[in-house]
This record gives sequence, C-alpha cells and structure tokens, in this order.
Amino acid sequence: MKTNFKNIKEKIIETILMLSSAATSITVVLIVFFLFIEGSGVFSKKPIEDGFLLAVHSTNPINKLEPEQVKDIFDQKITNWKQLGGKDQPIVLFRTEDITNFYTDEELGANFEHFPAKINEYVTKTPGVIAFFSDKYKVSNFTGKELDIDKVKFFEFLSGEEWYPTAHPIAQMGVKALIFGTLWVSFGAILIALPIGLAAAIYLSEIANKKTRNILKPLIELLSGIPSVVYGFFGLVIIVPLIQKVFGLPVGETGLAGSIVLAIMALPTIITISEDAMRNTPRAMKEASLALGASKWQTIYKVVIPYSASGITAAAILGIGRAIGETMAVLMVTGNAAVMPSTLLAPLRTIPATIAAELGEAANGGLHYQALFALGCILFLITFCINMIVELVTNKKAHKKH
Amino acid sequence: MTKKGLFLMLPLMAMLSCGKEKNDSQSTENASAETSVTIKGSDTVLPLAQKEAEELMKADKNVSVTVVGGGTGVGLTALFDGTTDIAMASRDLKTEEKLKFSEAKQEIESVTIAFDALAVIVHPDNKVSQLTREQLEGIYTGKITNWKEVGGEDAKIVAYSRESSSGTYEFFKEEVMDKKNYASNILSMPATGAIVQAVGQTKGAIGYVGLAYETKEVKQLAVSYDQGKVYVAPSIASAKDKTYPISRPLFYFYNKANAAKVKPVVDYALSANGQKNVSEIGYIPLN
Repeated sequence: MKTNFKNIKEKIIETILMLSSAATSITVVLIVFFLFIEGSGVFSKKPIEDGFLLAVHSTNPINKLEPEQVKDIFDQKITNWKQLGGKDQPIVLFRTEDITNFYTDEELGANFEHFPAKINEYVTKTPGVIAFFSDKYKVSNFTGKELDIDKVKFFEFLSGEEWYPTAHPIAQMGVKALIFGTLWVSFGAILIALPIGLAAAIYLSEIANKKTRNILKPLIELLSGIPSVVYGFFGLVIIVPLIQKVFGLPVGETGLAGSIVLAIMALPTIITISEDAMRNTPRAMKEASLALGASKWQTIYKVVIPYSASGITAAAILGIGRAIGETMAVLMVTGNAAVMPSTLLAPLRTIPATIAAELGEAANGGLHYQALFALGCILFLITFCINMIVELVTNKKAHKKH
Repeated sequence: MTKKGLFLMLPLMAMLSCGKEKNDSQSTENASAETSVTIKGSDTVLPLAQKEAEELMKADKNVSVTVVGGGTGVGLTALFDGTTDIAMASRDLKTEEKLKFSEAKQEIESVTIAFDALAVIVHPDNKVSQLTREQLEGIYTGKITNWKEVGGEDAKIVAYSRESSSGTYEFFKEEVMDKKNYASNILSMPATGAIVQAVGQTKGAIGYVGLAYETKEVKQLAVSYDQGKVYVAPSIASAKDKTYPISRPLFYFYNKANAAKVKPVVDYALSANGQKNVSEIGYIPLN
C-alpha cells in the first residue's frame, strides 16, 4: 500500500514535469507559427492602403505604375506625365481631403452624400489628374481609369532599399538597408568585443590569482544586469559626442556608436563563456606542456586556446546573438536613418530598432503591422542560423573529448 | 534555459496580475466610484491628461480616470472601436477619419483643451536664426543639404526628426513639408528629449520639438510662412495670438452618445484649474 502510494506520487510529479515542458515547447512553436503567419501576410497585400485606389483620367495612356514612381509623384519629384512615358502634361495631385479645396460643404452634402459624384466630376474634368481615394467613393459609372498595383513581391521586399512604411498613397517596403544595418552593427560589435573579451578571459582563467578573480568575475557579470536603456543613454551622452569629435563627423549617431554600445553589452557573455571553456582545459594537458619546458605564455597560446577554441567560437557567436537582437540601446545611438550602410561612420537603422519604434502606431493587422512581423521573421531566421552554428560548434567539441 | 524560465514564469505573472486586478476592482468598489472614464491616445497630450486626471480624482471621489498613451492614431482607433471613452489627439481628424465615423453613424464631439507650438531648433553656434517654410521643406526632403544654401556657414545639415509613430512627425509632415515624405537619410529619434540632446551637441543639427521642451542648450528659429516677408519666433504669446504658424490645438474627442459620462473630465479640462495645469505642463492655455 505504501509503495503504491509512492508510485502514484512519483507518477503525478512526472506528469507535472512533462506537462510543463510540453507547454513550454508548444508555446514556443505557437509563437513562431504566429510570427510567420503574420509576417507572410504582407505578401498577399497591395502596398496601397486597404480599400483605396489610384485613378487617372480616362485618356491617360499610363495603366500601371511602380510603387517608387507613385511615391515620387506624390513627393512632387515627378511633375509631368512625360517623365513616365505619358503625354506632355503636368501632373495634378488629388487626395481625398483635397476635395474641400474645390467644393464647398453644401455641395458635398451634410453627410458627404455627394462625395462620390464630386470626385468623379473632378477626375473627369482634370486631364492631368492622379487621384487617391477610397473605393467606397467610387461611383458605379466611374469615368476615370483605375491604375493597376502589384502585390508586395517577396524579392522586392528583400532587395528594396527604400523603407517608407507609412508613405501615402503607396508604402515603400524595402528591407535591404535594415538587414545590412543590423548585420553591420552586430559584426562591428563583435570585432570590438572579441579581442577585449578574449584578453579578459585569458587573464581571469590563467593569470589572475583567486582573489582578483573572485572580485573581477562578479563585477563583469554585473554588466549584464544593467538595463539596456541605461546603456543607450550612456551611449547618447558619452560615446556619440566622443565619436563625433574624434573622427570630425557632422553627426555622432553612427553605426560605430551602436557597435561600441553593443560590444560593451556583449562582453559579459563572451568573457563568461570563453573563460569557462578555458578553465575546462584538463590540468594534465597544461602540466604536460609546462613539463616539456614551454613557458606560461606558450602554454596559453599553444594549448589552452586551441583546446578551448570551440568554446571561444560559441562565446563569439552568442555575443553576436545578443548584439543582433538588442533594441533600445541601438535605437538611441544609431540615428535610425534607413539608408544602405557604406561605412560604420554614418547613421544606419537596424531591424529591432525599427520594430520597437514603429509597432506602436502600426494598425493591428494592417500592411505596416505585417511588414514589421516579416522583419521579425527575418531577425528570427538570422538568430536561428546563429544558434545552429553554436550547436554545431559545441557538438564538435563533444566529439573531440572522446 | 532563460527562455524556458520565462515561459514558466508567464502563467505565474498572469496569476499575479489577475490577483492584482481583483484587488483594484475591489478597492474602487469600496470607494464607490460611480463613473470610470478611459482616456487614450496622443503621447503629447498624455502628461497633461494624466495630471488633470490625478487632480480630478482628488477633487471628486466619484470619478475614476484611466489615462493611456500610444499615439493619436491609436486613440482614435480605440474611440471608433468603443474601447475608450475619450481619445487624446495632437491633430484634428483627417477627412478619411471623419468619413469613417460618419459611416458608422457615430457622432464625434471635439474639444480643444490647449495649444502647442512646434519650435524648430538648431545648435546655439549656428548663424542661421530664421527659415521659411519652403526652406524647412527643402531640408527635410533632402533638397537642401548645406547651411550655406540658407545663409549659414559652409557645413552639412544634420536633420533630426521623430519616429513615424509620433503624431508630431505626422503634424510636421502635413503642415511644414506639404505632405511630402522625409528624405531617407533623416535621423529619427525615439523621443523629443533625445532630439534636444542630439541638437545641443551636434553643430550642424536641426530638429523640431514641442515648446514645452525649450532649453538653453539649443537655439529656436523664427519661421516664415509667407515666403520670408514676416518671420515669427515661437513663444507662448505668439502661439496664443496665432501669429506663430506651426502651432496646433490639442484635442479630446468623444462620442456624443457618451457625453454625460465624460462630462466631468471635459469640464475639468476647460475649468480654471485645468487650464492652470496646461501652463504648468508647458503648453499654451486656451485664453
């Protein structure tokens, strides 16, 4: 009876443990699933606001415009149809709210009931017009010509360099500059953090005495406990003006500032993991090296570092992982200009900063919202690849041991 | 490992927050609050609405007010969906929004609760002290890139703007840039405070901030909206008499069907005490 009871107790505990791990895995899978469902939605949509249309005069020979051309028209960079291969005719812009410039409130009716007819009338009498309005206000016998607009294409989404998700009337969804910005800042960070982190790890594991180590290690680990907004503010007030002065730049918010802040944030990860790897070097190997007459430096250089190489690689890659996903600090110091980065000494914009800055206003389920989720998918894929590499590297290490 | 830990903690946190919610509702029941009003929207209006909500709740125990930010667009969407009683806005309704409300047969009442002026700021060492609207448009659309083109030194212009989720960003685009898009190399900052900080330490910088953020580290420009005939410097006085062109009213919007419920909040905002708060927060009172 007693053993039976014990068995049941064990069974219950087992079930609880199993359920909690199952719940965890299911949650993770559901989140990833949700991310990709939302993100892929962007490719089934037209970059124009839902239910809106672009129309031109019926005699206009142009049937189709690229998103970029539409933006340039409404930014008044293109002002004549001739520039787009049409007639020599100045372009007249018309947005829904412009209607009040041409018609009085009485003409439109108290509840805007004459709105559709007036839009039609205006489009019909203006040969150079390009009109942007909701298709609810399109009369059934509309005399203008609706422009054809392509859905957002996967390839254009990845290769486009213009990121104007809120541009009217057609959003520009090019994430290339953001992807490159993210990668540039992260790799810049790792270039700075790796040598410093390695040096610190070697010192802590091989050179420092126990007392120094016991003081230094908790201090370094404390670095990872500082909230990232504090790093961001530190970067904005100290690092940004410093970079501006040292390099004589017109502006200090640069990729380099982001890299430095991220490097500081990635240091604890790199130091802790690579130090652990170095301390795992078997004592026998080090003693054998010393017994053969190698100096302390030679032992570190020829035995400890090669032995812990996979651990160091894992540390570097996890450091990159930390850097790639970091949001707030980067948002504050990189300037967030969505241009293709050509140097670390210019402002750039990263994917996490974009998501953090724009998700607040993006309407739930809208194109902008889904585009931000698609950005999240890209970020997920990047970090997923990085984690796979870590997995491979650490597996290799396990083989080596046997 | 940390991820797992987080997910294990989630249900716990949910439970805790549930418990807290219960306590909250109990305490409000105890205080026998008769009406509870939700206000949501513009981050510009947020500090003002918060302050007024606190004082109103102190003065009138029967009213409980919850204030949430998120941006003008967020507030108006919530008002449309009926998830908030009052929407704070730093701009008037767009034609499309008016149409959306009138289609849904919702009658919306707008109340102007204060005014705000948008000041254009530069580094204090900058020789330029005035710009026309056209020049500002040129700078922010990327046509003008050097200060010597607008009468300053030969130095590159570094233009700062807010993020696209900001109502101020939208307002500047509509009113100053003639609805054109910002150039892609404009630097965008997550908060108004960050713009002041950046402009104060960058020589060729230009930015725009609400009048409440004025400090000694930056210089304010006079602006002309009539091709350079009259330049007006931003100040509380010039915004009040509407000679300063880039000023904007701040609004409360509410559904007319809901008027009785929101009346205490709106009345307080327009009262002498409410308007005193407006100046304390740094905006311009109605009269």
